[in-house]
Amino acid sequence: MKDTEQNPGVPIMDAEAIRRALRRIAHEIIEQNADLRSVVLAGIPLRGVEIARRLAEFIREVAKIDIETGTIDVAMHRDDVGTRAELPVVHASKLPLPLEHRTVIIVDDVLFTGRTARAAMDAISSFGRPARVQLAALVDRGHRELPIRADYVGKNLPTATREQIQVRLQNVDNEPDAVWLFKE
Amino acid sequence: MSTNWNRKDLLGLRELSPEEINFILETADAFKQVGTREIKKVPALRGKTMVNFFVEPSTRTRTSFELAAHRLSADVINISVTTSSLTKGETLKDTARNLEALHADILVLRHSSAGAPQFLAQRLKSSVINAGDGAHEHPTQGLLDVYTIRERRGKIDKLHIVIVGDILFSRVARSNIFALTKLGARVTLVGPSTLVPREFEKLGVTVSYKIDDVLPTADVVNLLRIQHERQRKEYFPGIGEYTTLFGLTKERAKLLKPDCLVMHPGPINRGVEIDSEVADGLQSVILDQVTNGLAVRMAVLYLCGGIAT
Repeated sequence: MKDTEQNPGVPIMDAEAIRRALRRIAHEIIEQNADLRSVVLAGIPLRGVEIARRLAEFIREVAKIDIETGTIDVAMHRDDVGTRAELPVVHASKLPLPLEHRTVIIVDDVLFTGRTARAAMDAISSFGRPARVQLAALVDRGHRELPIRADYVGKNLPTATREQIQVRLQNVDNEPDAVWLFKE
Repeated sequence: MSTNWNRKDLLGLRELSPEEINFILETADAFKQVGTREIKKVPALRGKTMVNFFVEPSTRTRTSFELAAHRLSADVINISVTTSSLTKGETLKDTARNLEALHADILVLRHSSAGAPQFLAQRLKSSVINAGDGAHEHPTQGLLDVYTIRERRGKIDKLHIVIVGDILFSRVARSNIFALTKLGARVTLVGPSTLVPREFEKLGVTVSYKIDDVLPTADVVNLLRIQHERQRKEYFPGIGEYTTLFGLTKERAKLLKPDCLVMHPGPINRGVEIDSEVADGLQSVILDQVTNGLAVRMAVLYLCGGIAT
């Protein structure tokens, strides 16, 4: 957690709020997808993968169905390579194949400009042609730079561009589950 | 997410830290997956231009780099110059100017003179990747060898790696030695004493002249190609004698542990450094090396060429 005396983070969601939001998203996924078995939850590393895993758990509890999960790397599909001082770390993607006739739900922690979601869609299309692609995010903070919207949102959070949102998840960050807002 | 990489060039493995080597290998894992997709191409280096500049003949390394660049959506220009038409020094500087005029972002250089890639790297804004310079280094070959061992054995640390052949003139051997020792392997070099001088022990490896003594404890045997075309008579026994003393024959392969890997950078001389039965046998990972070479080169191009200049 980024936390300095001058700039303490504002807590936006605690562990319980995250749990409730994800459980609600799980219910919405069940409601929106009559054929749950065709759904693939594709998490974007690192936290999207963990969120996808938790969503699959909630869906199993409620609908008694094991839905498939996967990992979708976006780093090698970004449109800003060579313009940033730091290269994004690439991860191996892993999706159940073939994707034809399936619904792929991209899962990420924060939805911001939409560029990551675009890169994820590009990556998915290199694996095949799913019937549908949807988008789920724990936090939607606005400021889209592309015509993209989420199908499932844990929390809508109006922010200023200069503010930062940080999601912390126990299994990834070794810190209690939380969403923090930092004012720059 | 931050990376452990801030180099524009890959000139050799000697100057890399174990963390940097591991980071390249992890990046290669991600790119290897791309090869299994329906569309085996990602836009990571879209708009970048890679020049394959080979002053020494090479097919497999050049095509491997070329395919790696294509899979990253970079544009590729191939320039081959015969050794005879290019001498060292001034002309290389002229070459550099020409390449700069082409606005090449990445230069992959194969050259008969050790240090040529470094010479260009210091003079060019472009990334320079060493694809083999004289008897100095062949870093991407070293990396793909290490990648292949790590993939099969899950680690490098504490493994016993035996490298057989013409060590003295081999850039492949040097790059392997640097990478393997940094990652904690035990390395033994084997070959005729003229081609495996004791001085190599300064690099933290063991030198042996009796292959039958070291094969039983080997976890990996890496057989270097006997380069008849550049062998000088005074260094080299004869081909038949070499095979008798150091070749991995069918009979000698029986000394190997069942899980020992057999490697060769290619192209193989069947019946010289390795028997066909061994090269095509279950312990051979020679074709894995080729596949992994592509992933490793994609990783290197991405890491060196993707960085903002």
